Amino acid sequence: MRKTMTLVTVLALASIMLAACGGAAPAPAGEPVTVKETVIVTVEVTPEGGGGVAETTPVAPPVAGGERLQTVLDRGNVVCGVHGTFQGFGFLDTAGAWTGFDVDFCRAWAAALFNDADAVEFRALSAQDRFTALQSGEVDVLSRNSTWTWTRDAELGLTFGPVTFYDGQAIMARKDIVSEASAGLDALEGANVCVQSGTTTELNLADQFRAAGVNYTPVVFEDQNLAFQAYEEGRCDAITSDRSQLATQGQAVLSNFADHVILDVVMSKEPLAPAVAQGDDKWADVVHWVVYGMIQAEELGITSQNVDEFLTSEDPVVRRLLGVEGELGSKLGLSNDFAYRAIKLVGNYGEVYERNLASYGLARGQNALWTEGGLMYAPPFR
Amino acid sequence: MQIRAFWRDIRFLQVLAQVVFILFLALAAGFLYANVSANLARQGLTVGYGFITNPASFDIGESYIPYQSSDSYGRAIHVGLVNTLVVSALGILLTTIVGSIAGIARLSSNWLISRLAGAYVGVIRNTPLIIQLMFWYFGIILQLPAVKEAVALPGPVYLTQRGIYLPWYEAMPSFDSWRIYVWLALASIVIIWFIFRGIQSRSDLPIPLWWYLAYILVPVLILWVGLLFQPEPPLKVNIPELTGLNFRGGLQLTPEFAALLFGLVVYTGSFIAEIVRAGIQAVSLGQVEAARSLGLTTGQTLQLVIFPQALRVIIPPLTSQYLNLAKNSSLAIAIGYPDLFSIAGTVINQTGAVLEVIVIIMLSYLSMSLFTSLLMNIYNSRVRLVER
Repeated sequence: MRKTMTLVTVLALASIMLAACGGAAPAPAGEPVTVKETVIVTVEVTPEGGGGVAETTPVAPPVAGGERLQTVLDRGNVVCGVHGTFQGFGFLDTAGAWTGFDVDFCRAWAAALFNDADAVEFRALSAQDRFTALQSGEVDVLSRNSTWTWTRDAELGLTFGPVTFYDGQAIMARKDIVSEASAGLDALEGANVCVQSGTTTELNLADQFRAAGVNYTPVVFEDQNLAFQAYEEGRCDAITSDRSQLATQGQAVLSNFADHVILDVVMSKEPLAPAVAQGDDKWADVVHWVVYGMIQAEELGITSQNVDEFLTSEDPVVRRLLGVEGELGSKLGLSNDFAYRAIKLVGNYGEVYERNLASYGLARGQNALWTEGGLMYAPPFR
Repeated sequence: MQIRAFWRDIRFLQVLAQVVFILFLALAAGFLYANVSANLARQGLTVGYGFITNPASFDIGESYIPYQSSDSYGRAIHVGLVNTLVVSALGILLTTIVGSIAGIARLSSNWLISRLAGAYVGVIRNTPLIIQLMFWYFGIILQLPAVKEAVALPGPVYLTQRGIYLPWYEAMPSFDSWRIYVWLALASIVIIWFIFRGIQSRSDLPIPLWWYLAYILVPVLILWVGLLFQPEPPLKVNIPELTGLNFRGGLQLTPEFAALLFGLVVYTGSFIAEIVRAGIQAVSLGQVEAARSLGLTTGQTLQLVIFPQALRVIIPPLTSQYLNLAKNSSLAIAIGYPDLFSIAGTVINQTGAVLEVIVIIMLSYLSMSLFTSLLMNIYNSRVRLVER
């Protein structure tokens, strides 16, 4: 019977903590989500058991119930889900330092929140685990070259942020099989194609080859590096992935990149975007606007080098962005100079791109600013 | 008096302890269930198997049942399950042979053979299986020559980094009328077994070894007689041939399948070798000496004295190794073989139905293991010492 009591107490305590969390959140004025309401009601009945004990209980596990921003601020760092072995995007190098395009956005969020670009705890996630990690609240935000799709947005309960990289699926083959980049998919009739499991790529591959009426055999690996290794060893005639990944990984992993050709065929749209768990608009806003701030900064010509000079600028757009005037930051629950911090400590969008991807010969293309014919566009800061 | 003492009554206390324990289990299960539902509700996720009939829209590299990307998720998982069953069943068969040979070799009086077997067990048993799988896949099979420079072995068997190609049989239209003889041949094996058992039970002496040839000769004779009545050969040997970029015809073992099978067989074989050795050594030397003094030959001693007693020791741990092999096949995901776990992983990722698919995976492995255990337990009850 005592065990029962303990259990009941534990349950009661858990609900109290939920209540505390739910109570602190300013209830949205509109129609509240029914689920959230139910949680709060359940709690209000239980507390008789042990109201006083609540303070002594250990810290509640991070809850994705609407208070992620506060959880992050209390914890003092951002837990960021990244790739880990993808050079140029998310890579843990031999010196133990995290580098990459996606990694720099993690740093930017940390800079905006804590004025410290290193207040990040990186979690290397596999393609298969990444969304579960986000759903279960193990990571605050996922910045791991993930494609924004309908299923992931609607069915997996995620909210995707602004697209940080417009990509498309491509296919790379050995030059002795396909000589011209302009060749079509039918040049790969009967080919073995290496692909990573759990990616949109795996599905597009099936769709595109089926549409083109070309027979092929997929060889599916859980790990992208193993897929590249098997391709390098000659197991497959071709390998498919996002174009950025073929270019960066190809140069990093393959012994002679010149022996391979990336076909011009664009097999899909792959908008890569950071993601957060659905149902926490405040936290999603923070994630979105830090990225927008970096894009806006590039548009205004503000870089990590010259950002201090802009503090004295008379341009109201610049002044609002950098938090010199207005209260854009505090409305998000941040410091007003959040964008300044991110730009100062990490850089604007263009700098992040140059630093991580330029050396792989990835041209800006669609990822140029809208003013330069690309798709990068930040909503106005006002 | 009786009433006052009931809490000291050992029978009552025993029942009470069990009731409390079951109550605790039920509460724990209830808590877990509530926790999961609460979490799912909070994340706005629903649980259900509706997705199972949706089209999978991904392709699978190898399949023993017809499958295409427009088939359902359920079908895809089915393909994975069959792939797992095939590699497990073949693996169990081969590893038993490898393990038994290695186990007996360790006991050989030949220095070289026993040391080689010892080295095999020592090296293989003490390194992680995943490393061995990687070694077989990346280190051996993918290092074989490309298709055009294939290593040709007699048969012809071709070894290439795209797989191993073997001649295989192809059923011709007349196979249907010949099929009855195949069944008769199989039936004859069972009949011979019963006849031999009958003879054995009425005689003290073992059946002469050459009689066992009947197991091969009689079925072959039946099949041959069947052939005489067929207008054309019912089976055709299909020899792999290099056409274009790849071999066509024959049987292809993909590099992933071959690496997984070799890896599992060699790894599990090292454990089985030790089990077989332990089983044989568990038969006391006195038994062997007694057999010798009765005038039994070495072969008869093995057949009639050592093996029947050794099997009693061998079977239970052997069952565990079979189960291990089947479960270890889930490491296939590392080397790209589309087994149940690998395909289920893809399904989870495409549908987000983590809980539902994990339940399918667990139930599949559980039923596979329980079925294997059942068979082995039946066999065990046949060989175990019957005490009177």
